[in-house]
Amino acid sequence: MRYLPLTEADRTDMLQVIGAGLAGVKSVDDLFRDVPTHARLDGPVDLPSRMGELEVERALSRMAAKNVSAGSVPFFVGAGAYRHHVPSAVDHLIQRSEFLTSYTPYQPEVTQGTLQYLFEFQSQVAMLTGMDVANASMYDGSTGCGEAVLMAHRITKRRKAILSGTLHPQYRAVVENLSDFAGDIVEALPPALPDRTEDIISRITDDTSCVVVQTPGIFGGLHDLSAIADAAHAKGALLIAVVTEVVSLGLVTPPGEMGADIVVGEGQSIGNGLNFGGPYVGLFATRQKYVRQMPGRLCGLTKDAEGKRGFVLTLSTREQHIRREKATSNICTNSGLCSLAFTIHLSLLGEEGFTRLARINHANAVDLATRLGAVPGVEVLNEAFFNEFTLRLPRPAADIVDALADRHVLGGVPASRLMPGVAGVENLLLVASTEINTDEDRAAFAAALKEVLA
Amino acid sequence: MTAMNNQGRPTGTGMSSNRETPTFTGNRALQLEEPLIFERDNPGACGVDFDEPKAFTPRLGKLARKGSIGLPGLSEPEVIRHYVRLSSKNFSIDAGLYPLGSCTMKHNPRLNEKMARLPGFGDVHPLQPVKTVQGALELMDTLSHWLKVLTGMPAVALSPKAGAHGELCGMMAIQAALKARGEDATRKRVLVPESAHGTNPATAALIGYKVDAIPATEDGRVDLAAFKAKLGPDVAAIMLTNPNTCGLFERDIIEIADAVHEAGAFFYCDGANFNAIVGRVRPGDLGVDAMHINLHKTFSTPHGGGGPGAGPVVLSEALAPFAPLPYVTHGKDGFDLVESEAAAAADGQQPFGRMTAFHGQMGMFVRALAYMMSHGSDGLRRVAEDAVLNANYILASLKDDLSAPFEGPCMHEALFDDRFLKGTGVETLDFAKAMIDEGYHPMTMYFPLVVHGALLIEPTETESKMTLDLFIATLKDLARATKSNDKDRFLGAPHFAPRHRLDETAAARSPVLRWGVDVPRQAAD
Repeated sequence: MRYLPLTEADRTDMLQVIGAGLAGVKSVDDLFRDVPTHARLDGPVDLPSRMGELEVERALSRMAAKNVSAGSVPFFVGAGAYRHHVPSAVDHLIQRSEFLTSYTPYQPEVTQGTLQYLFEFQSQVAMLTGMDVANASMYDGSTGCGEAVLMAHRITKRRKAILSGTLHPQYRAVVENLSDFAGDIVEALPPALPDRTEDIISRITDDTSCVVVQTPGIFGGLHDLSAIADAAHAKGALLIAVVTEVVSLGLVTPPGEMGADIVVGEGQSIGNGLNFGGPYVGLFATRQKYVRQMPGRLCGLTKDAEGKRGFVLTLSTREQHIRREKATSNICTNSGLCSLAFTIHLSLLGEEGFTRLARINHANAVDLATRLGAVPGVEVLNEAFFNEFTLRLPRPAADIVDALADRHVLGGVPASRLMPGVAGVENLLLVASTEINTDEDRAAFAAALKEVLA
Repeated sequence: MTAMNNQGRPTGTGMSSNRETPTFTGNRALQLEEPLIFERDNPGACGVDFDEPKAFTPRLGKLARKGSIGLPGLSEPEVIRHYVRLSSKNFSIDAGLYPLGSCTMKHNPRLNEKMARLPGFGDVHPLQPVKTVQGALELMDTLSHWLKVLTGMPAVALSPKAGAHGELCGMMAIQAALKARGEDATRKRVLVPESAHGTNPATAALIGYKVDAIPATEDGRVDLAAFKAKLGPDVAAIMLTNPNTCGLFERDIIEIADAVHEAGAFFYCDGANFNAIVGRVRPGDLGVDAMHINLHKTFSTPHGGGGPGAGPVVLSEALAPFAPLPYVTHGKDGFDLVESEAAAAADGQQPFGRMTAFHGQMGMFVRALAYMMSHGSDGLRRVAEDAVLNANYILASLKDDLSAPFEGPCMHEALFDDRFLKGTGVETLDFAKAMIDEGYHPMTMYFPLVVHGALLIEPTETESKMTLDLFIATLKDLARATKSNDKDRFLGAPHFAPRHRLDETAAARSPVLRWGVDVPRQAAD
C-alpha cells in the first residue's frame, strides 16, 4: 500500500523489539488483546479492496462528471454561497506543505507562519466589518451565528434572542437548534419580504438578549441597522449583524459603523470555492470590551525571549482544553486553511481590488435586474440591493428553476426551498450576479426565462 | 588554512558555523524575517486586474460605504513572497515527524487534494437543483456506506463540521431520544472520565448537562466500580473515548455499555482515536450509540493549520430517527436530499434540527473517500495494525529511558509521564522544546490530565521504521542529557527555531489582537 512505509521485514523486526520489552507480545494480534474476543474482526470488512491512484481517479471523476459544475453554465445561484473568481496564487499557496500539513499552532516557535497569517486575518476581518477585534475564524457563518447568540446571552445574562426575517432560514434553523438545546428562547420573525417593512424594534423588551439582523438580507435587501442598534442598546440588548456575502463590505456601510456589537459572516466568497456547501470560513468580530466572552481561537502579539516580535494563541482560558465544562464554547478548531485562502485573496485584492470587485458585482446585478425585470410577468421586488435580489414570478419558482436547468442555466434559488411551507413565497426567486457573469450570461438568462415563462 | 580554487574563490568551510554573528537584516540565510502584510503596503499596487464597470446607477439606497477600509496594496509577486516566507516558519508533517498524541498527524495524500478540486465537486453550489448534483449526493451516500460498514452502525449524520461539532450532534441526538421518551427533564447528568478531551465536558455543559467526572484506575482505564456507583436514573449518557487518551483500550467496554443501557442511558463514544482500531474493531459491536469520526484524523484530510475538520457521527438504531437535517436518501429518480422537517416526517424520521447551513464539509468528504478507496478494506485494517505497531515500538524502545505510567502494550499512542525528569531541573515543556531543536515537532504535552507532566506520542502508521529509529535514538539521547550539567540544551530551547520561547503571559495580560497603533514594528527594541 503506497501510503504505508512498513515492510514485512520491518514488522518482524519491530515485533521482536516489542516482544523483548513488553511481556507476552509475539504478534500484531497480541497488541489488540485488550479488545473483547467477540469484537475482534477476523478479516477485512465487506468493502472494496485497495485501489491505485488511477482507479480512484477514474471512479471519483465518474461521480464528479454527473454534476453540473457552476463554471460550465450561466450561473446565478447565491443565498449564502457565491461563486467568485479566485486567483491562481491562492490555491497554490494554501497547498504548500507547511500550511496544508501543519496543525493548530500549539508550539508557537515552529508555527509562526500560521500564527502571523491568523493575526493578519483577524485584522482584515475587523477592518472589513468595522469592528475592534475578530477571532481566528469559525466553522462557517451559520455556526458562528449560533455562537454569537450564546455569547450575547453570556454578556447580557438574558436568554431571549430575536431573529429578524432577513436572516438566512438555514442560519435561523442552526440558531434555533443550538438555543433550544442550550435552554434559551428564540423569537423568529417571519421571512421579511423585500417589499414589506419589518418592525423588529417594537419586539425588543427588557429581557431581550440580542437582535439578529442580516444585511444584505436573505432576499438581497440592504438594511440600515442604526435605529435597531439604538433601540437594542436602549433596552440593554446587543445587536448581532450577519453578513453572508462579504464582498458587499467593499461597497456598503459596514455593520460596525451602524452600531453592531457582534458581526458574524460567511467568508467563503473570498478565496474559497463553492464546494457544495463546505468547507467554508466563519467570520466573527466584536467590540474590544466583549473579547473575553468571544468563542473560538484568538491569536495575539507578543515577544520572544530575545525581544523579537512574535505571535501566540491567547486568552485560551476561555477555551475547552483549559476550562473544560466552564469554557465559553466547545469549539476546538477553526477553519484554518480556509481563513488562509481568505487572507491571501484579500491581500491580492487590496483596498483597490476589493472595492472595485464590489462595484463590479453591484453593476452586474443592477444590469441583471434591469434585464430580468423587463421579462413579461417578472417583477423585481428590491429597491436597494448589492449583488442579489428577489424576483416575483407568475408561477412557482421551483418549477422555473428546473426548466431553466434543462436549458443549461442555473438561475437562482427558489425561496420555497429555503422556507418550505411558508405561505406567499412559492413564486419568489433569489438571483445573484457576481463578477463571473458576462453580458452574454445575463442575456442568456433573460432569454431562457422569457422562453420558460412564455 | 583556507583552500582556494584557481579563480581565487575559497572552497573551504571557513568559519560559517559561528551562529552568533549578527546580520544586518536579522535574517539567517534561509531563515527569513517577514513583516506583517500591512507593513508591506505599497499604495497603488494591486494583485488583480479588473476593469472598472461601465457607468451605471447604483441601487444601494443610503448605505454606500464612506471612507476607506485600510487594506494594504500589493502586487502578486509581493503577495506570493509574503506567504512563502511565512510558510517557511512552520513545521509540517511533510517535513518531519509530528507525533502529537490524539491528533493523528498522518500523511495527507495529494490525490485527495486533486479529487476535491474536480469541478464536479469543488465548483458545485449547495442549492443547485438536486437533479444537477446527483454525483455529489452519490459521493455522500458512498461515504456514508463506508463509514457505516467500518463502524458497524446503521446510520450516519454527515453534516457536523468538526470533531467537537460531531460530539455536539451526537449528544443532541441522545437528548432528542430522551425527550421522545419523556426523560429529558429527569436525566441531567453526563459521566465523563477524567482522561477525556476537554471538548467532551464542554459539549455536555453546552446543552445543559451537569458533568460528573469518573476517576481512572491505576492501569489508566475507567474505574468500573466508581463508574457503576455513579450510574442512576438521572444519568443521560456516558462520554467515553476508546481507545482512551492514555492510548489504552478500555477492556471493560462491553460491561460499561451494558451497564449504561441497563440504566436507561446512552453510550457516546469519542471517536478521536478510531485510527487505532479501524478495520479491526467495529464500535457497533461494543454497544456504542453515537460516535463522531474526525475525518482529518483517521481518514487523512489535511489538518490545515487548525481546520477545516469534519465530524460525521454514526448512530445506533435507537438514535438514528433523530439524525439532523439534511440527509441523502435514495429516491425514485436517483438521490434525494431531505432538507425539511416535513420531508423528513414523510420519510419516518424526527430530525432534532440542523447543525449547519448547507450539507457539511463536502470537500473533506471527497478527500476522505479517496483515502478509503485507496486503502480498501484490507488496507484500512493494515492502517490500524501499523499505527499500533509503531506506537508499541516506541513504547518498548523508550520505556526504560523515559517513564511509562501504565503497563503495555498500548494502542496507537504511547504515553509517558515526567518521573524520568525528577530531580533534573528539566520539565516536560523544556524536554519538548529541546525536541524542536532536534528537528521534531513535540508530542502532546500535559495531556491527558491523569498523569503528571504527560508526554503523549502518536507516530501514526505513515512513519517508517528508519524514521522511528532515529526518533527513538534522539529521545534516548535527550533523556540522558537531562541528567548532565548542560541544562541550557533544555532550559534555553528552542535555540534554532525562527523564534525563542514566546511570552504567553504578556500576550494575555494586554491582548493585541489586530494591526493598528499598538503594534510594534518588526525587530523593534
